[in-house]
Amino acid sequence: MSVGTESLVTVTATINGEPRTFTVPGHRTLLDALRSELGLTGTKSSCTEGECGACTVMLDGHAVNSCLVLAAEVDGHEVLTVEGVSVDGGTDLQQAFLEHGAVQCGFCIPGQVMSAEYLLSRNPDPSVQEIRDAMSGNLCRCASYNRIVEAVRQTATKRVSTRG
Amino acid sequence: MGDALKAQEVGTLRPDGNVGTRTKRYGGLERASGAQKYAADLDFPEALQVAIVTIPVGCADILGVDTSEAEAMPGVVGVLTAADLPSPMPRFGVSHKDRPVMADGRVNFYGEPVAAVAALTQEQADAAARAVTVDYRELPGVYTLDAALAPDAHLVQDPSDPTKRAGDPLRETNVIEEQTIAWGDLTEQEAKAALVVEDSYSYPMMTQFPIEPLAVIAEPTDAGGLTVYTPVQHPYLMQRIVAGLIGKTLTQVHVIAPDPGGGFGGKQIPKYEPLMAFLALKLDRTVRLTLNLAETTTAIRRAGAKVHARTGFSAEGDILFHHVVIDYQIGAYADVAPRVMTKGSYVGGGPYRLPACRIEARAVLTNTPVSTAMRGYGAPQISWATESQITDGARRLGLDPARVRLRNLVDNGEEFVQGEFAGKADGEWKEAVVKAMELAGWDDPLPPNRGRGIAVGIKSSATSGLSQSLVRLLYDGSAIVYAGTSDMGQGARTIWAQTVADELGVPVGKVQVISGDTDLVPFDLQTSASRSTVFMGTAVLRACRDVRRQVREMYAERVGADPGDIDDEPGALLTPEGAVTLDEAARIGLGALRGEVLGQGTCRLEGRKGHPLGGDASFYEFNCTISEVELDRGTGQYVITRHVSVSDVGTELNPIQVVAQEEGGAIMGLGQADMEQLVFDEHGRLLNASAIDYRVPTYKDVPLELLTGSVENHDGPGPYGSKGMSEGPILCTGAALGAAVTAAAGVKVTDLPLTAERIWRATRAAAEGAIA
Repeated sequence: MSVGTESLVTVTATINGEPRTFTVPGHRTLLDALRSELGLTGTKSSCTEGECGACTVMLDGHAVNSCLVLAAEVDGHEVLTVEGVSVDGGTDLQQAFLEHGAVQCGFCIPGQVMSAEYLLSRNPDPSVQEIRDAMSGNLCRCASYNRIVEAVRQTATKRVSTRG
Repeated sequence: MGDALKAQEVGTLRPDGNVGTRTKRYGGLERASGAQKYAADLDFPEALQVAIVTIPVGCADILGVDTSEAEAMPGVVGVLTAADLPSPMPRFGVSHKDRPVMADGRVNFYGEPVAAVAALTQEQADAAARAVTVDYRELPGVYTLDAALAPDAHLVQDPSDPTKRAGDPLRETNVIEEQTIAWGDLTEQEAKAALVVEDSYSYPMMTQFPIEPLAVIAEPTDAGGLTVYTPVQHPYLMQRIVAGLIGKTLTQVHVIAPDPGGGFGGKQIPKYEPLMAFLALKLDRTVRLTLNLAETTTAIRRAGAKVHARTGFSAEGDILFHHVVIDYQIGAYADVAPRVMTKGSYVGGGPYRLPACRIEARAVLTNTPVSTAMRGYGAPQISWATESQITDGARRLGLDPARVRLRNLVDNGEEFVQGEFAGKADGEWKEAVVKAMELAGWDDPLPPNRGRGIAVGIKSSATSGLSQSLVRLLYDGSAIVYAGTSDMGQGARTIWAQTVADELGVPVGKVQVISGDTDLVPFDLQTSASRSTVFMGTAVLRACRDVRRQVREMYAERVGADPGDIDDEPGALLTPEGAVTLDEAARIGLGALRGEVLGQGTCRLEGRKGHPLGGDASFYEFNCTISEVELDRGTGQYVITRHVSVSDVGTELNPIQVVAQEEGGAIMGLGQADMEQLVFDEHGRLLNASAIDYRVPTYKDVPLELLTGSVENHDGPGPYGSKGMSEGPILCTGAALGAAVTAAAGVKVTDLPLTAERIWRATRAAAEGAIA
């Protein structure tokens, strides 16, 4: 038993574009470090076993469940959380979520936003089926699924037409 | 009853208003950007983290609890055991005060707290909890309905304990409450029947699975009281129960309820809060308990049920009688489950014109985690049987199951529950069926291996209650509304903002909604039974009208007019000189001292003594659901190709929120119909609490086509003719899907969930029977 005496790890990573250094026990997850050490509570903790997607963040541009990543593993890497993608007044995607009634209790929504941004970064114009496939790791118990799909479709269409 | 509420002026929609439009969710941007603070997001740097000690069986006598090793571990500040609590053990509950703060010498369900450890970090608390040694002797607990109802069954609650079931004739059994609703003569009707359908059905235990797990922070105050932070649906009930347990006044217990991240009924009644209150007081420290999803699944669930039904039909499809015996499997303590049983079984005959009906219902204690409210309450369990019976009857008579329902459905004002405590239709329910049939293309032919099923659902809403609201119209024309409803995703805050905006003529963006704080916000009974639109909505409306009345009087006095010469409408005073906007009139009336206008609104509905529901329903939720599946006969697997859900909502106050709730309820209902179930082993251990093992619908489980609709006749008792609507789509989903599977597979499955394996087995058994 090594509680209280386990070795601490100092992590330096780029979090939402800013260099951050923090010290955590070696077993601490990225999820807990973001929430406790860095105060980034937009990333939510729910199942803590990689099933629900509420803790989705981007690690070097890839969507990951931050509950399945050790904080120590992100040393030297880039992490993007929902706070990092949000802007005052909301992004086009976040506004689309509101227009389409996708936000109900809202607890899963930061994770949904991150998964949707990741999908759009890989596939700028996804079909409904592609959205359903890509986001199937994000549970929504309010079951706003069709609302979110509509929001992602609208955002994709607008972004594609803006880019011309 | 509903008429009592309807008697008031409910207002009409403004053509240029916010009510009735797709106003964006209040607080939606904060939720989408991660800024919204849920309970687990609140920062308490000095708080101790708590871990709960449990034992790995569902029923055992506790012989000893040794905390010495745990207390010596790094970071541990204190341990709470039953020995630290007053004697006799404090107990709490709503109708039955039977639940101990922690296990009282005996563990009665898997997960029941035996001790709690508080330490500086969660890791330290978890490690110390593992080091607490509990010596126990396992007992032959009852984990199923059959076991609990056996003649020599272990009794979950000790019948000799005078504090619990004294004077209760059922105390020597595991039945905690029973109810029979009956009218007409079953035998006489059966003699006329051309067909009698008889079958047994089961509905498994399930869990609410809110994505936000349970979390509690208890903080001692300087005044010797407590502040409790917990994402509950009923902050005022929490306040009353905690204050009662620790012997404090309501003013000494301050409940702060951050908006829940989903409730679905699971966050109504105290669970760990009483224990946390005693722990905080013992240590005189702020203590924090944060569960994960699997731990939450162990703490809250829906009652399962077993049902036996006999239903008689005439050759033309008239339902002549319906006789149901239903046992609800509740947990080790009552919670609200007796009421789940009484409310569910009251509507057990369905919304039909029945010459004879008998519903015999029991709530049965078992050594399983405590069941509580869940969306639909006790209606989905009984509807699964009743609606499957109607489908079966229609099929055997060669009649269209939709038209059999239309033939038997009550008309508006007609009784579907007869007798002294009758239940009457309060809407044009057939319109919902017709609309659903149109959306589903009910009469369109289907390709091979497809099947379509229909069902209807009904649920009584709140029967009594008190909701109070304050509305402040500020000098600059902005407004604040105080409403104690918890916004757990149903969108209550948005509806209050829309209402205040329209009634006072304030832009919706200038309305602030305050809730979730018992020190700041006036009393509201609870957030449940889809009641809030009607009850709190009425209180908010009345508070706005109170503001308008005051503005009219102040303005008249200030300008020297006769108040009788001034009329008011939403957002304006109508004076002989012309219209004056309400905020301008308020400024004139307030004068040089500025200030604000404070309005108060109350909605009170008394119960009715002796009524099985405690009173007449303020309104009913009615829904018609049609499901369509494509079946692979070789494997029993199926795809839901189309799903239609239509509810009678009275008036859509926010159409996009209505769609979201209708779709969400339908998908939750489908999850309960085709995949969800809690599984316990022979020691009462929950085997599938994890999100890996307890499946809920994902994006990939949504029907290929999901269509929703509303019936709007502006005939509800709520503001602008509205009714509550968040539970309708879950009421009859199981029966609609079951009917679709039967239509495609040619076999009937009577147990939920409708898994491929069950369908495959039933298909194979039918084929073998045909060969034999």
